[in-house]
Amino acid sequence: MAVVTNAAPVDLDAASGEPLHPAARDVLAAAHERGWADPRRPHRTGRDARLLLDNARDVVAGCLGVRRDEVSFTTSGTDAVHRGLLGLLEGRRDDRDATLATAVEHSAVGHAAAWQAARSGVPAAVVPVDRLGRVAPDAVTELLTPATGVVAVQAANHEVGTVQPVEDVACRLDGRVPLFVDACAAVGHLPLPRGWDAAAASAHKWGGPAGVGVLLVRKGARWASPFPGDDRVDERTSGFENVPAALAAAAALQAVEAEREEVAARQHALVARLREGVRAVPDVDVVGDPDDRLPHLVTFSFLYVDGEALVHELERHGFGVASGSACTSSSFEPSHVLAAMGALTHGNARVSLHRDTRADDVERLLAVLPGVVADLRARVGM
Amino acid sequence: MTAPAQVHELDCRGRLCPLPIIDLAKALPGVAVGAVVAVVADDAAARVDVPAWCRMRGQDYVGEDTADDGVPRYLVRRRA
Repeated sequence: MAVVTNAAPVDLDAASGEPLHPAARDVLAAAHERGWADPRRPHRTGRDARLLLDNARDVVAGCLGVRRDEVSFTTSGTDAVHRGLLGLLEGRRDDRDATLATAVEHSAVGHAAAWQAARSGVPAAVVPVDRLGRVAPDAVTELLTPATGVVAVQAANHEVGTVQPVEDVACRLDGRVPLFVDACAAVGHLPLPRGWDAAAASAHKWGGPAGVGVLLVRKGARWASPFPGDDRVDERTSGFENVPAALAAAAALQAVEAEREEVAARQHALVARLREGVRAVPDVDVVGDPDDRLPHLVTFSFLYVDGEALVHELERHGFGVASGSACTSSSFEPSHVLAAMGALTHGNARVSLHRDTRADDVERLLAVLPGVVADLRARVGM
Repeated sequence: MTAPAQVHELDCRGRLCPLPIIDLAKALPGVAVGAVVAVVADDAAARVDVPAWCRMRGQDYVGEDTADDGVPRYLVRRRA
């Protein structure tokens, strides 16, 4: 057995969740004092809450380079994805209601497309990806049919990091079919691509609080709520606004954007080191685009290794990582992203770095991986 | 697809990933170069992982058919 080191546990699963950014923590406490009231009410406390909500909207719009009236706060990234994608279909004035989505979209897109397909009876269509997990813009337009009501292309992939050619796709679509962009994995790490009619982001992926999503609807886009309406401040969402959380999310985004280029450059180099270093282990599939990718995450798979056992062994050595292997999923299905790319799905680990992950953490992971994998292989006679 | 002349069937029914791939790796040295191993596996990951194994280990993935009981068979030709 490999020797277990006694270093403090290191979370390398930032893509699943980031701790609250210090800037968000301070704002959240203050905003709970001032922003608890109903922002629709014209009295003083109501106006205070409304002021904070408008401020949050301004800050997010400024960070993302969009108009303030294009920004809505939802109850999660998933909610923003559902409203964005389905709202573009709902806003159509014809009966084209099928989704055309890349094969590597987040499951939130897949669930929304499947929900719509069940209601309309028209199946969703899928654009295949190459070995790096990228769609070819031409493949998107070739798969358009008279039934296609919306196209969904993510900004960057949440499991393997590959950046998608969103703006090329938008150019080729040229407004013929609305484009939905799931930017949940990218916002806070990469610039938001242009060309979408609606887009979604998720605050807890940039160090904001959980339970805050951002729905962007381009000015002039045909969008209508796919869900029951409400009489709130913002007609694109429903339910009582979580003003303090929205403001904390905005504060975190502002702080993250201010340091984004510096952090991204450091993380990109650390991930490059991981991608190279992990090849010291024989029979490893290092997945995704080596360069044109999210700065902070990498996925790799080891032949003959059980993914769940790999996660547990790394946990024992003090590293928290995610896995896309079937044995680690509730459905016992392998990651549809890895499958679509033809990547090895067993023995899989996704490593994603936090803002403050150090080179030393990466080196310690690289130091223990060969022994961990060799032990797991030895258990099965490999 | 025309059936290859010599096929060694490897029964991996009920075995979860990565066991079918381990079975395949252990079985391959026992077949002649040019012969085909048919991995019979109901595990969902095998559909992706058998071709991925072939790519990583320099073997030929021939394709997929089904065993008599309808379980998928993933065909691998030994290259070397």
